[in-house]
Amino acid sequence: MSEFKQTFNSSLGKKLIMALTGLFLCTFLIVHLGGNLQLFSNDGGYSFNVYANFLTHFPPIEVVAYLLYLSILVHAVYALVLTIHNRKARPVGYASVSKSKVTWASKNMGLLGSILFLFIVIHMSDFWYNYKYTHSVGYKEYRTDLATGKTTWVDFTPSTTDFEKSVSVVNDVEIVRVKDLHAKVAQSFSNIYYDVIYVLAMCVLSFHLMHGFQSAFRTFGWVHKKYTPIVSFIGTWVFGVIIPLGFAAMPIFYYLQTIIK
Amino acid sequence: MSTGNMNLTLKVWRQKNNAAKGAFVTYKAEGISPDMSFLEMLDVVNEGLILKGEEPIQFDHDCREGICGMCSLYINGHPHGPKQGITTCQLHMRTFHDGEIIVIEPWRAAAFPIVRDLAVDRSAFDRIQQAGGFVSVNTGVTVDANEIPIPKVIADEAFNSATCIGCGACVAACKNASAMLFVSAKVSQLGMLPQGQPERYSRVQAMVAQMDAEGFGSCTNTGACEAECPKEIKMTNISRMNNDFFSAKLFRAEVIHEHASGE
Repeated sequence: MSEFKQTFNSSLGKKLIMALTGLFLCTFLIVHLGGNLQLFSNDGGYSFNVYANFLTHFPPIEVVAYLLYLSILVHAVYALVLTIHNRKARPVGYASVSKSKVTWASKNMGLLGSILFLFIVIHMSDFWYNYKYTHSVGYKEYRTDLATGKTTWVDFTPSTTDFEKSVSVVNDVEIVRVKDLHAKVAQSFSNIYYDVIYVLAMCVLSFHLMHGFQSAFRTFGWVHKKYTPIVSFIGTWVFGVIIPLGFAAMPIFYYLQTIIK
Repeated sequence: MSTGNMNLTLKVWRQKNNAAKGAFVTYKAEGISPDMSFLEMLDVVNEGLILKGEEPIQFDHDCREGICGMCSLYINGHPHGPKQGITTCQLHMRTFHDGEIIVIEPWRAAAFPIVRDLAVDRSAFDRIQQAGGFVSVNTGVTVDANEIPIPKVIADEAFNSATCIGCGACVAACKNASAMLFVSAKVSQLGMLPQGQPERYSRVQAMVAQMDAEGFGSCTNTGACEAECPKEIKMTNISRMNNDFFSAKLFRAEVIHEHASGE
């Protein structure tokens, strides 16, 4: 056991933990973006709400979710520990500004990460906390005619406050009653200030991942003439561009909808 | 690229010893030939100081041909000055223009305490080397030079790593004062060759442990080290070392199974 402790307390071991938690969070982003693309479907939030209900009630996902929260905390705490250690390694700084050719993101990962942590707090307290622990999120009833496949929806008030979801079929009409997170999302995204925070946070995410994803592979020691260009391509285009752009499109899409209405 | 002599203003860090408080002192460097090296320019300034009865500026230097790793100096935001792939002794004054203000600082790192002025104590590097940066060879008959076949790519890449002169520019350039480029070059130059195999995994563990004990920062893969290294050592060395380190720590069993009979 002490050998493990020694490994993970070494400077390289701490960086390994940063890289592992960081890449785990990266894979989460793919799933998160994939699921949230349902926000773009024009079904009154039916698929999104059913998806949200599934995520919060499927035990394996619950386990992964707690692993995810732990990863965020460990990533942040280790970043703090490493940053303090790195500052101590240079107690007296230089008078002249360093002119070494390096990317801006790689020098400011701590700042970018702190902004992202703040964003995660705002983001989770607005959606995750309200959805799971308060009664501020409403409900919707979706009626799908099984013969024609047409779906209509109305607001719905359950008899008990801890109601989550019900599915029933009456006269060839499927009735799905579920918590309406979609309306909460639409409401939050109708606020321009909120949207600006989201879009800016996604810019920060882009810079953080453009360095972070590739850096993780370097930390593992997985640098190879054949594969490193692929890693750098994925790090730049998938994690640096597509994913942040995909997330940023959501508040913009919902804000434009409120203007058009 | 003027042919006439140059007049420069130097802002030099002066500090009596590690415990004393240091400060920048401004000096005029006048009549400097563009063909002088940076160290020769400092020699001229020092001669002037000695004639005036002042204490000369102390700076490290030895071979003055870019191979010993003794000269240092953080010049205008760059270790070894603004040019790529050279040491301070190979930096010529024609790189600067007449009337320029040049800020000269020592390497800044907790693991490199200031001895005096611009000279820092880099013996932390020696201790890292002593921890494992060697190959144990038994004495005996001379082995034929080509007895062990080594592919040319391996030999060349190991030699590239071995060109590290241990000057500490990587530490000076790194925002975390990390010694990863130096240590990884020293681990690689032996770890890649057949002669270095027996101690490959114990070496990397011992050298990383000593690096951590010396109080260097950790690596953020920023790449300032690679950009500023006078010998253009690549960051692939760092990844190679990480790979060996994690391989040694996490996957290699260092046990000798005892015989049940106790023999």
